[in-house]
Amino acid sequence: MENQILQIIYLIGSITFIIGLKRLSHPDTARRGNLIAAFGMTIAIAGTIFLYRNDSGESFSSTNIILIFVALLIGTILGVLGAKKVKMTAMPQMVSLFNGMGGACAAIISVIEYQHHFAVGEYGYMGTVLAGLLIGSISFSGSMIAFGKLNGNINDKTIPGQSIINLILMAALIGTGAYLTTLPEPNMMLLGVLTVGCLIYGVFFVMPIGGADMPVVISLLNSFTGVAAAFGGFIYNNQVMLTGGILVGSAGTILTILMCKAMNRSLLNVIVGSFGGGATGSASVGNAAMGTIKEISVTDAGVLLSYSKKVMIVPGYGLAVAQAQHVCHELETLLEEKGVEVKYAIHPVAGRMPGHMNVLLAEADVPYPKLLEMEDANNEFNSTDAVIVIGANDVVNPAAKKNPQSPIYGMPILEVDQAQNVIVMKRGMAAGYAGIENELFYEPKTRMLFGDAKATLQKLVAEVKAN
Amino acid sequence: MEQLINFLSSNMGMIYILILSVFLGIEVISHVPSVLHTPLMSGANAIHGVVIIGAIIVMGQAEPDNYLALTLGFLAVILGTLNVVGGFVVTDRMLELFKKKKK
Repeated sequence: MENQILQIIYLIGSITFIIGLKRLSHPDTARRGNLIAAFGMTIAIAGTIFLYRNDSGESFSSTNIILIFVALLIGTILGVLGAKKVKMTAMPQMVSLFNGMGGACAAIISVIEYQHHFAVGEYGYMGTVLAGLLIGSISFSGSMIAFGKLNGNINDKTIPGQSIINLILMAALIGTGAYLTTLPEPNMMLLGVLTVGCLIYGVFFVMPIGGADMPVVISLLNSFTGVAAAFGGFIYNNQVMLTGGILVGSAGTILTILMCKAMNRSLLNVIVGSFGGGATGSASVGNAAMGTIKEISVTDAGVLLSYSKKVMIVPGYGLAVAQAQHVCHELETLLEEKGVEVKYAIHPVAGRMPGHMNVLLAEADVPYPKLLEMEDANNEFNSTDAVIVIGANDVVNPAAKKNPQSPIYGMPILEVDQAQNVIVMKRGMAAGYAGIENELFYEPKTRMLFGDAKATLQKLVAEVKAN
Repeated sequence: MEQLINFLSSNMGMIYILILSVFLGIEVISHVPSVLHTPLMSGANAIHGVVIIGAIIVMGQAEPDNYLALTLGFLAVILGTLNVVGGFVVTDRMLELFKKKKK
């Protein structure tokens, strides 16, 4: 009886996941969708604790139920604290961190199941357990590296022949896994070796991938964890784990591909290409030939903006780091009051995650219709008097169109050089996250405004007010 | 080969769910505006936290003297909860910002 009720709860849970994901795809229903999925998760968890019966009809022992609740409580407190305290700019690495937790959870389950159910010894069963371990632990260590990179703790590193080493390591891991399924009795030693190998692979997998590609990697690891959860569904013959996991697995893969498309690159190229590492070599080429940099004073910039008809703001990671979204909105309303048309041009991969800029600007109450997607923005640049680039770099680099040698060649960019004037706000002349020079800064119509985005914008606001 | 066929046929129901879910996931996601990519990724991240169900089953069935299973299971439940709770709360925080606050 209990098991039948539990099955119905799982069914409801699966439906809430589908509805939740569906609703997450529309701005008006997104929040409700998230809550629906959270509700489904809650009943699935509670149902499992109280209604689960094993094959001989036994429920969990009360001691174990207490322990489960203690663990749930610890996890909830830590999770809520972490999620509430994190700054809006640090959201991407937080998602990566939580994703890693899920991966680790899947890996641990596999380790226990390997030992626990060994007697069963079904062919496909052991394969599923090991696949869950493989994917879960790669997702865990990979997510941790992605977290460290976005947090600025870890730099891009490539060892020569990295992609070949990765391929060999992957083959060795799969080979070890396959060998383990054929053994008649548990070999915890070899299982440990396999786990460590997977963790190392996760590190090697993410380590050489450049910062500009990090959003793609997080999305990919997200779908990995989904697949690992789905393997868990196979192990326990549990439909809600299977649907939840596979939904995320396939949705995450599509999202990953959408992101790659935005950069005009294939997924394979992202994984094997080691973007950030290879880029440094070509960075020095033609540096001197690029011309000179011209600066602009805050006063001149204020005048230029106040007397423009149409201004386009191009936000980037610099805006996020400086937490400048509110003062940016202030500048926008101020200019609007003066009769200047102000819009935002959003590159799909500006910031550290797709939609990162939208989230930040929404936080500052910038209305939706002001945010233009890349194609619409590119149609409007030639009628724009002034573009303000705030802490964006690679997404406005003309080398992506002009220079076939450039590592970002072929990536669609915001063609800000079509506008009459370009003001680039930057902290200094450092290269962008992809580590390459930007010709835009040397163009005759470009003026640089150096300084922290927030402080500079504040000065600019004061200047525009005075005009 | 025979084992593989046995595995497939004894799990046919699950395999149907798997295949249909793959297409469902693709279908549901492909109409998402890029504005919502970050919250969507975060929401999906919370949903794969469903792996916690497995952790609870492991933990619940652990024998009182099986310290390995108890310790690891306990840890797995904590990690899974972090994934679920943190994921949903972060997503909610992001989406809160999308509310139209004007007037």
